[in-house]
Amino acid sequence: MSTAELDDFAKEADAWFAANTPKTPDFMLPLTFMEVGTDQQFDFLRDWQRKVYEAGYLGAAWPKDYGGGGLTQAHQDIATKAMRKYNGPIMLNAIGLNWTGPLLLDIGSEAHKKKYIKGILSAEDIWCQGFSEPDNGSDLGNAQLRAVRDGDDYILNGSKIWTTHGHYGKYMILLARTDMDAPNKYAGLSFILTPMTVPGIETRKIKKLTGEHGFTQTFFNDARVPADGLMGREGEGWKIAMQTLEYERGARIGQAGGYVLTEIDPLEILNLARNSQRDGEDVLDDPVIANHLVDFMIENQASAMGRKRSRIRGLTQDNPLGLMLMDKLVMTEYTRRINQFALGLQGGNAGYYVDDPNAVDNGYWHRGYLNAFSATIGGGTSQIQRNIIGEHALGLPKTR
Amino acid sequence: MSQFGDIGVTEAQLDLLTAAERFCREQSPMSSVRALIETDLGYDADVWAEIGALGWLAIAVPEDFGGVGLSMTEVVPVMEQMGRYMLHSPFFATTLAAQAIVMGGTQAQKETHLAAIAGGAAATVALSEAGGNWDLTAISSTALMTDSGYRLSGEKTFVQDLEAARTIIISAKVDGAVQLFCLDADTIPAKAIRRERIIDDIKRSYALTLDGLVVPDTALMDGGKVTQTLEHIHLVANLLGAAEMTGAAQATIDYTVDYLKTRKQFGKLIGSFQALKHPTVDAYIDYEKSRSLLYAAAFSFGDQWPQNDKRSEIATRMAKAQSDKALSYAADRSIQFHGGFGFTYDCDAQLYRRRAIFNASQYGDAHYHKKKLAQLIL
Ligand SMILES: Cc1cc2nc3c(=O)[nH]c(=O)nc-3n(C[C@H](O)[C@H](O)[C@H](O)COP(=O)(O)OP(=O)(O)OC[C@H]3O[C@@H](n4cnc5c(N)ncnc54)[C@H](O)[C@@H]3O)c2cc1C
Ligand SMILES: Cc1cc2nc3c(=O)[nH]c(=O)nc-3n(C[C@H](O)[C@H](O)[C@H](O)COP(=O)(O)OP(=O)(O)OC[C@H]3O[C@@H](n4cnc5c(N)ncnc54)[C@H](O)[C@@H]3O)c2cc1C
Repeated sequence: MSTAELDDFAKEADAWFAANTPKTPDFMLPLTFMEVGTDQQFDFLRDWQRKVYEAGYLGAAWPKDYGGGGLTQAHQDIATKAMRKYNGPIMLNAIGLNWTGPLLLDIGSEAHKKKYIKGILSAEDIWCQGFSEPDNGSDLGNAQLRAVRDGDDYILNGSKIWTTHGHYGKYMILLARTDMDAPNKYAGLSFILTPMTVPGIETRKIKKLTGEHGFTQTFFNDARVPADGLMGREGEGWKIAMQTLEYERGARIGQAGGYVLTEIDPLEILNLARNSQRDGEDVLDDPVIANHLVDFMIENQASAMGRKRSRIRGLTQDNPLGLMLMDKLVMTEYTRRINQFALGLQGGNAGYYVDDPNAVDNGYWHRGYLNAFSATIGGGTSQIQRNIIGEHALGLPKTR
Repeated sequence: MSQFGDIGVTEAQLDLLTAAERFCREQSPMSSVRALIETDLGYDADVWAEIGALGWLAIAVPEDFGGVGLSMTEVVPVMEQMGRYMLHSPFFATTLAAQAIVMGGTQAQKETHLAAIAGGAAATVALSEAGGNWDLTAISSTALMTDSGYRLSGEKTFVQDLEAARTIIISAKVDGAVQLFCLDADTIPAKAIRRERIIDDIKRSYALTLDGLVVPDTALMDGGKVTQTLEHIHLVANLLGAAEMTGAAQATIDYTVDYLKTRKQFGKLIGSFQALKHPTVDAYIDYEKSRSLLYAAAFSFGDQWPQNDKRSEIATRMAKAQSDKALSYAADRSIQFHGGFGFTYDCDAQLYRRRAIFNASQYGDAHYHKKKLAQLIL
């Protein structure tokens, strides 16, 4: 690939996003893909994703045969950068783009790839993930939803919960128990690509702590799904789920392009602070506030530098895994705390919530704080992340 | 965020990192560190000679004066590894003195003293005074011009490795304005020197009585560059302090993790208890942040000359603040997690904790730097 070609591509992408990035609508957009709660938000984001895909800026590096652009990762990264530059909305079909897609490309059959990849990119087919169950969240290996083979089908019985996009999903990546007599709990699990639009599958919306709808509970009552959705072999479900979790934790972030979480720009909080008064005094004159703000700036800078350092091999040799594993924990906890801090800057006005005319920034920070828990709980809680870092990066003995 | 500094790496940095890691690991096992605590000088003269021979004192000295002509960017990995293996020598003090001369020395001083330092001679700076003030211009020592030279009076504190130094930089006020003097340390009488009892048992620090000391006119450094030089010294000292603490934080965590992996209680390795595992992970994360900020500061420091923006200052203060936080916390928890053994002198955890207290005390702790940062970035 010549640099001239890449330069041309960059110019085109820049021009395209400059011209096509939509203006902020008059309703609130989700900050993360996990927050889509209204049809209005859903339609807006789906249209946007389709548009980006059709322009060639999503899936640019995925194979042409399956609907990708057949270009290189460098092209995709350039497009994503342009999207960030113009502050484009997040990509809706996150589970499809960032974990189902890479999984299919890595270990799916030719038929799987032909059938699913294009719909993932165009947002025609929304994907959801059926891992957690009412009784088994962190202890994922204990999943109990049953799948019994019957001819060319599996018959599913059980329930999944906290399903992001469950309500919109056309397909689900599902972890099910196919063998009750396996030697250990992990050995009895299988991984099945499951259509959501078959009789016997029902979703019920769950109201989030913000008061909006966010995710669903999904019920399976003798739901019959084609057995050709099985990934790998029966009993290999745990291994494949772990591979999927690696994608979820960022192993392939950006491969398909776009981004699925809005990053908090530290200057946003500085602007809030600069414009905030408490008891009639500028909050920046309060040294306690200033101390916390500086802490946030240091933390943010450390994370930014850490992400860059993780790509400098000579400066990570002592523990190559460490920086990669810690990013999710650090960034999600940071987001939670900085939103929380923003509330404290607002004095008495922190008492207002979204849509009150007196709410600061229309309740953006309140909603941000409450929503921030999605990422400190979803995809492995912060406590589980600490176990993982302790055990995998530091080699500490397993917690039982 | 580039106004906060940016990370990158130079090839020389990576080469020095590899070389310094190996050298410090081989030359400074904990048994040697412990043995040196009992000696007067506090360092191994052979190891120090070797450091000189390796050219590490010449890294940031301009080529015109016998140096290698690189910058503090490349000194950082060396200091970091010395911190990691607790290798004490006059390296820190000498580097500060060299930087003072590079920035504010006369041509003659550069020719004599820089060349000696680049060749392996130790040097030090006598800038602070009783009162514990980190503002290097807030001093009360004076220098009075006489026929036979400048007559100094006052007392300097925390003069690191003075016993070893052949060159010394002293600050004193002349007619109310701070001036710097660069002189041969052997002109100082033994009775003017008192070894200080400092919290860090591995390092050596001295008080210096200036009363009665007369220094020649030629010792006076460039009067037009004093402010700039003191600012530079302040940042260099903090950059190196951050490097030393970042290295030490890594060692502290390794040391603690080793214990958590071997000590059993209640029939289990204690590292499997989350009450110990999670804070250890938090300490580790703080260390990784510290290292990212350190290398960002090192890289941004390359832009230091001329001082055209605040990037290197912001990056350096962030690195020092974070390294203080990281090492203090890691070492504090290390003592606790070693149980009864953690309360003993035999346990290395206390060495790391003492190092954190001492390094924070010199040239500014986390709170101080955050206050300065607030003025710079809020
Ligand atoms: C917004 C959101 C979206 C989600 N989307 C999906 C989705 O699309 N698909 C899906 O399958 N799941 C999804 N989840 C579920 C998510 O993966 C689980 O909520 C998460 O794994 C935690 O499981 P749990 O809720 O059962 O909590 P529990 O496992 O019951 O945990 C309760 C508390 O105990 C702590 N804890 C549990 N085990 C340990 C341990 N060993 N050590 C220390 N602390 C422990 C946890 O940290 C937590 O604080 C989503 C969750 C959220 C919040
Ligand atoms: C100053 C001092 C005076 C003392 N005087 C006496 C005395 O007079 N007589 C006497 O008999 N003893 C005395 N002790 C001993 C004291 O009781 C023990 O040090 C203490 O019980 C801890 O045991 P340990 O040192 O073996 O540490 P360990 O039990 O090995 O603990 C190491 C670390 O693991 C942690 N840990 C251990 N188990 C768990 C767990 N299940 N969950 C979470 N964390 C855990 C501990 O908190 C500690 O941080 C004294 C200790 C000190 C420091």
